[in-house]
Amino acid sequence: MVEAEGLTKVYEGGVLAVDGVSFSVAEGEIFGFLGPNGAGKTTTIKMLVTLLRPTGGSARVCGHDVVGSPNLVRRCVGIVFQDPALDRELTGRENLDYHARMYGLPREIRERRIGEVLDLVGLRERADWPVKRYSGGMMRRLELARGLMHYPRVLFLDEPTLGLDAQTRRAIWDYILTLKREEGVSIFLTTHYMEEADRLCDRVAIIDRGRILVSGAPGDLKSGLGGGGVLIARTPDPDGLAAVVGDLWGGARVTLGEGEVVAYVDDPGRRVPDLVRAADSAGVPLDSVEIRRPSLEDVYLRYTGRRIREEEASPAEVMRARMRARMRGR
Amino acid sequence: MGGSAGRDLVGPPAGFDVGAEAQAVYVMWLRQMKRFVRARSRLLGNVIQPFIFLAGLGLGFRGARIPGIPAGIDYLTFLAPGIVGMSVMFSSMFAGVSVLWDRQFGFLKEVLVAPVSRGSIVLGRTLGGATVALMQGAIIAAASAAMGASVDPLGTPAAAAFMLALALSAVGFGVAVASKMEDPHGFQLVMNLLVMPLMFLSTTFFPPEGVPEALGVLMRINPLSYPMDGIRWALTGLGYFGPAADAAVSAGLAAAMLALGAWSFGRMEV
Ligand SMILES: Nc1ncnc2c1ncn2[C@@H]1O[C@H](COP(=O)(O)OP(=O)(O)OP(=O)(O)O)[C@@H](O)[C@H]1O
Ligand SMILES: [Mg+2]
Repeated sequence: MVEAEGLTKVYEGGVLAVDGVSFSVAEGEIFGFLGPNGAGKTTTIKMLVTLLRPTGGSARVCGHDVVGSPNLVRRCVGIVFQDPALDRELTGRENLDYHARMYGLPREIRERRIGEVLDLVGLRERADWPVKRYSGGMMRRLELARGLMHYPRVLFLDEPTLGLDAQTRRAIWDYILTLKREEGVSIFLTTHYMEEADRLCDRVAIIDRGRILVSGAPGDLKSGLGGGGVLIARTPDPDGLAAVVGDLWGGARVTLGEGEVVAYVDDPGRRVPDLVRAADSAGVPLDSVEIRRPSLEDVYLRYTGRRIREEEASPAEVMRARMRARMRGR
Repeated sequence: MGGSAGRDLVGPPAGFDVGAEAQAVYVMWLRQMKRFVRARSRLLGNVIQPFIFLAGLGLGFRGARIPGIPAGIDYLTFLAPGIVGMSVMFSSMFAGVSVLWDRQFGFLKEVLVAPVSRGSIVLGRTLGGATVALMQGAIIAAASAAMGASVDPLGTPAAAAFMLALALSAVGFGVAVASKMEDPHGFQLVMNLLVMPLMFLSTTFFPPEGVPEALGVLMRINPLSYPMDGIRWALTGLGYFGPAADAAVSAGLAAAMLALGAWSFGRMEV
């Protein structure tokens, strides 16, 4: 459904936003880009939906070249942008109806389809409210519905749950899984929430600074870490402890600067006593040890050497949240 | 697969779909109408402001003798067509500039990613802005007649044609300005430094005769003077440039501004 080959975007002014990414999205699949702020997720989507011209490489969506036949691409994709893109003065139903008209749906289909997508996202009761009276989660659901209006074969979701509270986020996940099941549509989504990528995606690509570092099914990526478990040891002397861990197991490991050593090993619980003894005899102080099952967070850490901070909002996100609040108040 | 019946209907037939293009024009037009009708406070403001000009200046100077205005035509009658033109111009210019708000609020992306040409989008928006402007102009014209300006109802069709040309020019200009701007603050600057001076140098408030010669020349050079003069000629029979010159310059201005607006919008990035 989507095939990208060395897709590249250099913005005017020389910012290399997307640096030769190649990937494909199969029919009926949910494929995700997981990456931090500024990784190039939105830029990639904009190229795939023909809003931006790539400066290198090529991409085909539904079999059509994004540069050569943009109108054919536009007809077969639906998109939910990162920032709200609704007409707030109009009602939900009007937003859907105008969209359907611009995609050339005849009246009978339009009316039936509006009912269908409203039911899919549970907004039938509020359909005739002006959008400015919707909550953030309702707006998101309306945008999902609108993205589906014209029976797209590929749906692009740019950070579908950004800025929503945990409960609303879960609800949106359910809607996304429902529409995948009921519409059979292929989905390309971006996110910087680990749990979201894990829950929704059949395959994930980790993207950082415009490059894909690794991709695969979440389960494969996790087992590819080289152990069935994760052991995190906190210490004032991470370098010393890393050496101890290396001597002890020699397997895959990651050292962090912030007083942590993370090791990927099988059966980590039974290894704690060994580690404590070895650290003790090497004279390396150990504050605490934590064990857990590997998550995408660990995969991310392994390939980027950093954590995505989910709790601390980045400056860009704070600004966006502020903008949303302002728009709501208008 | 989903098995939805509509799926094959949206298969990719042609590059240019006349039905969808027409719908896009219609949708953009309809949207302007709905917003116009629903934003009552904006509507009221748009009508009341020119009304205040009309009442304040027109009634205040009604008995004054102003050089360049022939005897037998009082100032209210002279001013009324100018205020009609002014309200048409401002209303359409705001319609054009509101592209900027659409970008700010994200809606522009939704429109630009649809499988229709930008030409259709800009056309629909222009027609919408012009329709709203003409309705407002008609309200002001009726109000001025009620206040005692002697306007000729038989001149309405010709006046409407000049108003349409003025509206199309102003929407085109507004879209062009909006396409070049990063945020709405710059618009204030354009208004104060460009639009207001052009407004005073058109024939809106005083005639191009009986003023210092340099001023008269500037007023004749200003293309905005011509649709204003045309509206006045149509409604009151008083014109300074002649209907042929008015019509030619108004049409030329509209064509040029529409082209500029469409071209700028075509190059706009989101
Ligand atoms: N219009 C633009 N002009 C120049 N540089 C840009 C432009 N848009 C984005 N960039 C830069 O390109 C890079 C990638 O941006 P992009 O918006 O694609 O990231 P993202 O992964 O979507 O991030 P986020 O999670 O914050 O949405 C960033 O460094 C950004 O500053
Ligand atoms: Mg983004």
